[in-house]
Amino acid sequence: MFPAAFDYIAPGALDEVLSLLSQHGDDAKVLAGGQSLIPLLKLRFASPVIVIDIGRVDGLEGIRQENGHVRIGARTRHRDVESATDLRGTLDVLLDAAPLISDPLIRNMGTVGGSICHADPAGDWGAVMLAVGAEFVVRSSGGERVLPAVGFFEGPFTTGLHADEVMTEIRIPVGAGRSGGTYLKLERKVGDFASVATAVHVVLGGDGRISSAGIGLCAVGAQSIKATAAEAALVGQTPSDAVIAEAARLAGAAAEPKADIRGSAEYKRDVARVFVQRGLHTAINRAQGATA
Amino acid sequence: MAVDTTEAEAARQAMGGIGVSLPRKEDARFIHGQGHYVDDVVLPGMLHMVVVRSPHAHARIRGIDTSAAMAIPGVIAVVTGELLAQHKLAWMPTLSGDTQAVLATDKVRFQGQEVACVIAETKYIAEDAAALVSVDYEPLQAVTTPQQALAAGAPVIRDEKEGQTDNKIYHWEAGDAAATDAAFARAAKVVKLSTYYPRCHPSPLETCGCVADLDPVTGNATIYMTSQAPHAHRTLFAIVAGLPEEKIRIISPDLGGGFGNKVPIYPGYVVATAASLLIGRPVKWIEDRTENLISTGFARDYYMDGEMAIDEDGKFIGLRAHLLSDNGAFFADAQPSKFKAGLFHIVTGSYDIPAAHIVADGAYTNKAPGGVAYRCSFRVTEASYLIERLVENIAVELGEDPVTTRLNNFIQPEAFPYHSASGFEYDSGDYPAAMKVALDMLGYDELRKEQAEKRAKGELMGIGVASFTEVVGAGKGKDYDIAGLRMFDSAELRVHPTGKAILKLGVKSQGQGHETTFAQIVAEELGIPASDIEVREGDTDNTPFGLGTYASRSTPVGGAATAMVARKLRDKGKLIAAHLFEADVADIEFDHGKYIVKGSPDNVKTIQDIAFAAYTNLPEGLEAGLEGVTYYDPPNMTFPFGTYMVVVDIDKGTGQVKVRRMVAVDDCGVRINPMIVEGQIHGGLTEGFGIAFMELITFDDEGNCIGSNFMDYLIPTAWETPRFELGETVTPSPHHPIGAKGVGESATVGSPAAFVNAVIDALSHLGITNIDMPVTSDKVWAALRSKGVTE
Amino acid sequence: MKITVNMNGAERSAEAEPRTLLVDFIRTKLGMTGTHIGCDTSNCGACTVLLDGRPVKSCTVLAVQVEGKNITTVEGLAKGGKLHPIQEGFHAEHGLQCGFCTPGMMLVGAALIEANPHPTEDEIRWGISGNICRCTGYMNIVKAIQHAAAANAAENIAGVA
Repeated sequence: MFPAAFDYIAPGALDEVLSLLSQHGDDAKVLAGGQSLIPLLKLRFASPVIVIDIGRVDGLEGIRQENGHVRIGARTRHRDVESATDLRGTLDVLLDAAPLISDPLIRNMGTVGGSICHADPAGDWGAVMLAVGAEFVVRSSGGERVLPAVGFFEGPFTTGLHADEVMTEIRIPVGAGRSGGTYLKLERKVGDFASVATAVHVVLGGDGRISSAGIGLCAVGAQSIKATAAEAALVGQTPSDAVIAEAARLAGAAAEPKADIRGSAEYKRDVARVFVQRGLHTAINRAQGATA
Repeated sequence: MAVDTTEAEAARQAMGGIGVSLPRKEDARFIHGQGHYVDDVVLPGMLHMVVVRSPHAHARIRGIDTSAAMAIPGVIAVVTGELLAQHKLAWMPTLSGDTQAVLATDKVRFQGQEVACVIAETKYIAEDAAALVSVDYEPLQAVTTPQQALAAGAPVIRDEKEGQTDNKIYHWEAGDAAATDAAFARAAKVVKLSTYYPRCHPSPLETCGCVADLDPVTGNATIYMTSQAPHAHRTLFAIVAGLPEEKIRIISPDLGGGFGNKVPIYPGYVVATAASLLIGRPVKWIEDRTENLISTGFARDYYMDGEMAIDEDGKFIGLRAHLLSDNGAFFADAQPSKFKAGLFHIVTGSYDIPAAHIVADGAYTNKAPGGVAYRCSFRVTEASYLIERLVENIAVELGEDPVTTRLNNFIQPEAFPYHSASGFEYDSGDYPAAMKVALDMLGYDELRKEQAEKRAKGELMGIGVASFTEVVGAGKGKDYDIAGLRMFDSAELRVHPTGKAILKLGVKSQGQGHETTFAQIVAEELGIPASDIEVREGDTDNTPFGLGTYASRSTPVGGAATAMVARKLRDKGKLIAAHLFEADVADIEFDHGKYIVKGSPDNVKTIQDIAFAAYTNLPEGLEAGLEGVTYYDPPNMTFPFGTYMVVVDIDKGTGQVKVRRMVAVDDCGVRINPMIVEGQIHGGLTEGFGIAFMELITFDDEGNCIGSNFMDYLIPTAWETPRFELGETVTPSPHHPIGAKGVGESATVGSPAAFVNAVIDALSHLGITNIDMPVTSDKVWAALRSKGVTE
Repeated sequence: MKITVNMNGAERSAEAEPRTLLVDFIRTKLGMTGTHIGCDTSNCGACTVLLDGRPVKSCTVLAVQVEGKNITTVEGLAKGGKLHPIQEGFHAEHGLQCGFCTPGMMLVGAALIEANPHPTEDEIRWGISGNICRCTGYMNIVKAIQHAAAANAAENIAGVA
C-alpha cells in the first residue's frame, strides 16, 4: 500500500507555505506529522497534486504560558503535551488525554494541530479543546484569524479552516480559580480510536461553587460535541452527587451516536453519561484539592 | 554427592539434551536484523505482482478492460482468468477436494477474490496500474451466513459445479445415534448450549507471498514461498501447474509466523509462478495486510449446538453436538481428507461420556474460503470451546461449583488408554492432577470467598475454569491424509567425521524454535552437544519429504522421526564400536554419547570417535558413513491436556472486562526445552485472549468484510494482554519415543472457554448464561442492561 | 529526488520519488531488510525505526520527511561486533519466536530504557503498546527489556567504579 504520485515541497518559512497554499488551493495538502494524512494517501482516499511539508518551518512547536493563556504551537507533537507535566493542576484534561491518543510511536510523530485540522469525529483533541474553551490561530497569505473551538468542527473531517490557511497555534485560556479535569476514553485496545470519550474541565470559585464547566464528547456524533446543557447545569452549583448525576444525564442526552461494530447507539450514549459522571467526580476532587 | 549432582547437571546443561532450557540457536540472525523472509528475497530482473480483487461479494463478470493498466510505463503484463484458462489454470484443486478459482472467470464469489494480476517493474507501478484495471460487474445477491445459504431459494453460489443445485457442501456424522438417544431418554436432566464461534484469522505478522523464479531454458522452478508445508506444496504444485516435480524447488525461508495461515495454496502463488514461466523473469508477490485478512485462510465460523444428558448423580451420560460450518465460497479447509469437520469429534473432551453423537453440515457462502485451524489441530478448538462452555452451564444449572462438576465427570487416570464414544483412543492423562495444581496456584477457595463478598456489594467478579483435552500429531497415515498424502513425517540425520551433525526435517518452523528443540532431541539420543547440531528445514531439494508443521504435529511426528533416526545411527555406532573394541556387538552398551564394552566402563569410545571411524576405520562389509533417514508414521495421535483458570472483574458502567489473573497448567508430556514450551504457551494464551475478547472477521449484509485491516481486526498489545502464571504436570505419551505430546496449540484451544466462562461466572447469578465471542464491552453492557443492571 | 539520511551513523543517499515510504526507502533503496512491513496501517510496529532517537513507524513516514535526519534501524544496534544490551536481553529471555516483530520491539525497548533506565513492568507494557507481537504473548519481551535495563545499570555502576 502506497500513495499515488504527488509533488512535494518543504518550505523553510511560513510565508512560502502560505503563498503555495494560495496558489494551489484544494490541490494541495499540508503535511505536518503525517499520522493522519499518510494513511489517507496510502489508502488513496486523498490524492493531492502537491504535498506541502511544514516540518521545516520554524516557530510552530512548543508549549508556553503567557498572558493568561497556554499556547501550543500547532506542530507540537502529542508526545510533547504528554510530557508537559507543568500543565498538571491547570489543564489536567490535556495531560490525561495526550497519552490516550493512538499509541506511543504515533504520538512521537503526530501533531496537535494536525489532528485538530483532520477533525476526525473520533479524534481526541476536538473534545478536549471544546471542554477547555480553546481558540485556534490560523494564517493565510491574507492575514490571521482566531477561531473559537466552538463552531470549528463542522462535520466529519470538516472544519472552519479554509483551503489556503494553516493552523499555527492553539490558545487555551487559564483563568483564576481552582481547576480540575480529566479525559476518559473507551477504546477496544491501545491505538484504537475512541468508541466513546469524554473531556471534562471545571473551575471552582472561592465559595466552592462551580464557576465554569466544560464538557466535550468524542466519537458520539458527526463531530466533536460540546455538551452545553450539561455545562449550564453545573455552573453556579455547589458540587454534589445529584448535581453531577444530572449534568451527566444531560451530557448523555447531548450525544448523537450511531450504532456500529463498537456498539449500539444506546450503549455509547450511556457510556458517555457514565464517563461524564465519573469524570466530573475526578475533576471536582482535583479542583477541590488544588490551591488557587 | 552434592558435587556429583552439580557436575552431572553441568554436563547435562552443556549437552543441551531433553529438559534443558537452552537459549535458541536461531536467535542470532533475528536479533541482528538478518532473518531472511520471503520479502527479503531480491533476484536479478525480478518483477512485482499486485492482485486486482473483487469489491463485490457476489457478482457476474461481464468484462475486464486491461488497456489503461497496460498503458502505464513499466507494466509488463496483466493476467486475467481468461488467459489462465487457456493454460488450464483458471481453477485449482483445494485441500478438501473441492475446486477454487485462481482468477475469476465467470463470477466473483467473495469480496477480495482474485480477478486479475498486474506484473510490473516495481511494486509502486504495479499498484498504480492495478487501480486502472476496469472490471464490469453485475452484482448478485450475497449470501453471508450458512443459515441463509441453506434456506430455500438461496442463490446458488457454486453454479459452475456440475450437479450442484444448492449451497450444501457436506454432511458428516460420528458416534452412535441410537446409544445417545437412549442416554437422553433416561436422563434426569438435559442442559443445552447454542453458541457461535465467530470467524477469526491467524494473521501472522508476516503476510503471505512468494518469489517465483522459473528458468525458461532449464525448466527449473525455484519458488520462495511462505509455506508451512513445502513438500506437500511442491507435490500439489506439480499436480496443479503440470510442472515436473523433480524440477520444482520450494524454499520456505524464515517465516514471520504462520498459525495455520500458511498451510493452503493461494491463487497468488499460482499466478506468480505462471507469470514467471510465461515472462521468463522472477516474479515477486507479497500480500498487504488487507489482502491477507480478506482472502487467505480464516478460522472457525462454526454455529454449534450441544446438549448433555445427565443422570441423577450429576454424571454425564450422553452428548449430542450439531454444528453448521460456514466454509466460504470454496471448500478449501486444510484438514485430513476423511474428516469433513476436522477432528471436531474430540468434543467429548476430558469427560467420561458413554454415548455421543456428532452431526456436522457445511455450507457455501459469499465469504473468503480456506478454513484453517488457527493455532489448532483441525477444529479441536471449536470442540473444546463447546464442551467447556457447556460444562460451565451445566454447573450453573446444577447449582454446583464448576470444579466439582468437572471432577465428578473426568476420565480417571486409571482409565487410560481410554476409548471415547466418538472413536478416539486417548493415549494418557491425569486430569484431576492438573486441576489440583491449577486450584492451588490460583488460591481458588479464597477467590470464591472474595467473589461472594463482592457480589453482596453488587460488584461483578468471575472465575472461569476450562479443562481441555486436545488431539494432535496426526497421522497415523492409514487414517489421516492431506489430499491423499499420508500424514507421516521425516528426519534425515548425518553425523560428519568430526562428530558434528546435520539434521534435515520435513516439518517447517514458523518461530517455534525447531533449530534448537530438534537439536536437543539428537543431543539426548546420541550425546552430541546440541551446539554441534545444525537443523535444516524448508528447502524441498535438501530435506526429506514431510507433511509440514501445523496441528501441533512437529514434535509428535517430526520429533519422533528425529529420535528414531538418531537411534538408528546409535545402533550402527554399536557395530563400529564392536569393531574398534574387537568385542561382540551384543556386549556393547551406549549411554549418552559413550560406547563401552559391558563390564569395562573405563574403556570408552565417544560418539565422536565412532563418527570418525565411520569414515576411516570400518568393519568389513559395513557401509561407510553415519547417516540415516526415518519416515515416522505415528501409531496414534497424542492427547495433551490441561486446566486453565481466569479471574475477571467487570465494570458495570461500561461492560469492560478486566482479566485480573490467568493460571495455565499444561500437560504436554515430556518437555524438550521448557523455555520454548512456555513461550509457546504464552503466545497461545494471548491468541486465545484475543479470540475471546477482540479478534473478529465479520460481514455486513452485502458481504463487505469488516475486519479487513489491523484498525478493525484487533490484536492484543502488551497493554491488554494479561500476565500469565504457568504450571505443569507431566504425563508422557506412552507411544511417543520420548514421551512428548506437542504444545504449540494447547493454549489457544483451551483458553477461550476459560476466559468466557469467567465472564459467565461473574454474570450467571443475574441469569446471563451466554455471550458469544468476542466478548466485547458493548455485549456485556447489553446483557447487564437486559437484566436491569446499570451504574 | 535524491534523499540523504544519516543511517546508523553513516550518511546514505538514494534517488526516490516523494511518495516513497521510509520503510520502502530503507528496504528497497538502501537494501537493508531488517525493517519489516506487517500491516501497512501503522498498527503493528514491525516497521519501527528510531528517528532522532525516538521510535516511529516507517510505513507512515515519507522518506523525504527525514532528509538530513538520524535514523537507527536494527542493523545499527550492535556496535563493533558487540551486541546492544537489548539484543542480549531478547536472546537470554526468549523474547522472540518468529523474529518478525523483533527489530521493532528491540528498537522501542532500547529507546525506552534510554529515556527511562529503570522502567516498571507497566511502563514497559505501555511503552511497547504500539508494537504487535503475534508469537510471544509479550511476557518474555517484558523480561528481555528488564534484562537490558539491568545490564545497563550494572554497566553504569561498573563504569563509575
